[in-house]
Amino acid sequence: MRIKRPEDINSSEITDESLYINRRRFLAAAGVLGAAGAGLLACNSEARGSSSDSVDLVVGQEPEDKLNTFEQITSYNNYYEFGTDKEDPKDNSGAFHPQPWTVRVEGLCKKPGDYHFEDLIKPHKIVDRTYRLRCVEAWSMVIPWQGIPLSEMIKRFEPQPSAKYVAFTTVLRPAEMPGQRRPVLQWPYVEGLRMDEATNELTLMATGLYGKPLPNQDGAPIRLIVPWKYGFKGIKSIVKIAFVDRQPATTWNIAAPDEYGFFANVNPEVDHPRWSQATERRIGEFRRRRTLMFNGYGDKVASMYSGMDLRRNY
Amino acid sequence: MSVLRRVKPIVFVVCLIPAALLAWNFWGVTHDRPEALGADPIRAAEIFTGLWTLRFLAITLAVTPVRELLGLGALAKYRRMFGLFTFFYACVHLSMWVGVDWFFDWRAMGGEIVKHKYILIGMTTFVLMLPLALTSTNASVRRLGGARWARLHRLIYVSAITGTVHYLWGVKKDTLFPLIYLAVFVLLLGFRLLEHYVGPLRLRKTSRPSRRQPSRSHAGLTSTAPGSSGAIGDAK
Repeated sequence: MRIKRPEDINSSEITDESLYINRRRFLAAAGVLGAAGAGLLACNSEARGSSSDSVDLVVGQEPEDKLNTFEQITSYNNYYEFGTDKEDPKDNSGAFHPQPWTVRVEGLCKKPGDYHFEDLIKPHKIVDRTYRLRCVEAWSMVIPWQGIPLSEMIKRFEPQPSAKYVAFTTVLRPAEMPGQRRPVLQWPYVEGLRMDEATNELTLMATGLYGKPLPNQDGAPIRLIVPWKYGFKGIKSIVKIAFVDRQPATTWNIAAPDEYGFFANVNPEVDHPRWSQATERRIGEFRRRRTLMFNGYGDKVASMYSGMDLRRNY
Repeated sequence: MSVLRRVKPIVFVVCLIPAALLAWNFWGVTHDRPEALGADPIRAAEIFTGLWTLRFLAITLAVTPVRELLGLGALAKYRRMFGLFTFFYACVHLSMWVGVDWFFDWRAMGGEIVKHKYILIGMTTFVLMLPLALTSTNASVRRLGGARWARLHRLIYVSAITGTVHYLWGVKKDTLFPLIYLAVFVLLLGFRLLEHYVGPLRLRKTSRPSRRQPSRSHAGLTSTAPGSSGAIGDAK
């Protein structure tokens, strides 16, 4: 089965939001599996939890999780490279060019090199992943991403056993990213994961949402999604992936080490020094929700942290 | 200066525009314009009312310097009005937090106040404003006596600083705007300190002799009142 890359899709093929949702319902009802996705990115693995590559972990929450709208996901963003207000990324990212794009892979691996975006994506199957996103600022969304499990991508680069961490870097383009002209954070943005976190089945390199290529304000053309961690771990517009043997520096940890740790796992019991993490507001909802340990993904990730003091390793 | 006195009702209405705008947008969110306040309307409303509280606080504190520098005695009449608008926006801000953000979850809010200094200092700011609003009437000035009343109303300087620190601690990283507000307040307070040490500052000569005494306070949420020992200046 050939999976189209985002840039292959004509605008006429792009699924509109209501159609997307309706199709999800229809396919879920019909029990159709991933095979239904003949060609169309948006529907290659629709049925909830029934396909091996579809991890649709938003069922069974109380109150039930609903998808946020495309409008919400693309107009309320933390992407300081385009400004620090929530609407800034949408307003200021028009001049950003996500294509052509090259990602440098380096460090402790057997296949380092500069990979064109197309070559990075081509060998893989694009999967659908609908995840909760919990921001460290105590708001959250539910977002239908498309992308490639990072574990599969990493396999291709053949990391050496000495590679214990993966470090990521965002593009540095002050000319196209007005936020980078002010030293609010140290540019370029850097993030990192432990190797077991990077290769966890939930960790995704997202290239699209709602069946469309990632909009600029959401981290085009490729970004990280680590759904059990606070949103700032999800580094955007990635240009470098490095395999390293020591815990890499991360931007928010550099900015405020007592407030933002390397792990940044969603944890309702460990408050941010300045505000509570026990509850969150789902964008589009009125009442606060209780925040779930590991953002509700504990069954897939908690074992990675067994024996660790999560209060100290925040 | 009769123009300043005549336009006061108009200024009153202008001061209500932010509140009206918020109400209009809230109505829009629940009716025909779901995006009127952005994706997170509750947070947007909290930030909006918080910022207007600080802006009115700055306007209130600017009355005396402007009045003295430009010799606009009639401005004194505006100070109580601006001060009460400050308190009004603070009330809306707090109500948003209590009634909309936390939906009267008193236990959770108690925890927030105890555990998080940025909430605590915000609450402190509100508590500091409360006695000023309550003693804003002419009768209160008479009852307390001008000097005591003026001393009490120096609390506004404290709330200006604690309010700004509340804003500063509330933002994640980009402290540019909180620091701008802080600079404005430092300037307004600095004017008073300067006058305290070097005497009255004037850009323009007043037609009437000033009745200022160097030791008095220039601030407060309220305006002049009979029996306030003439300390607040005359607006006749």
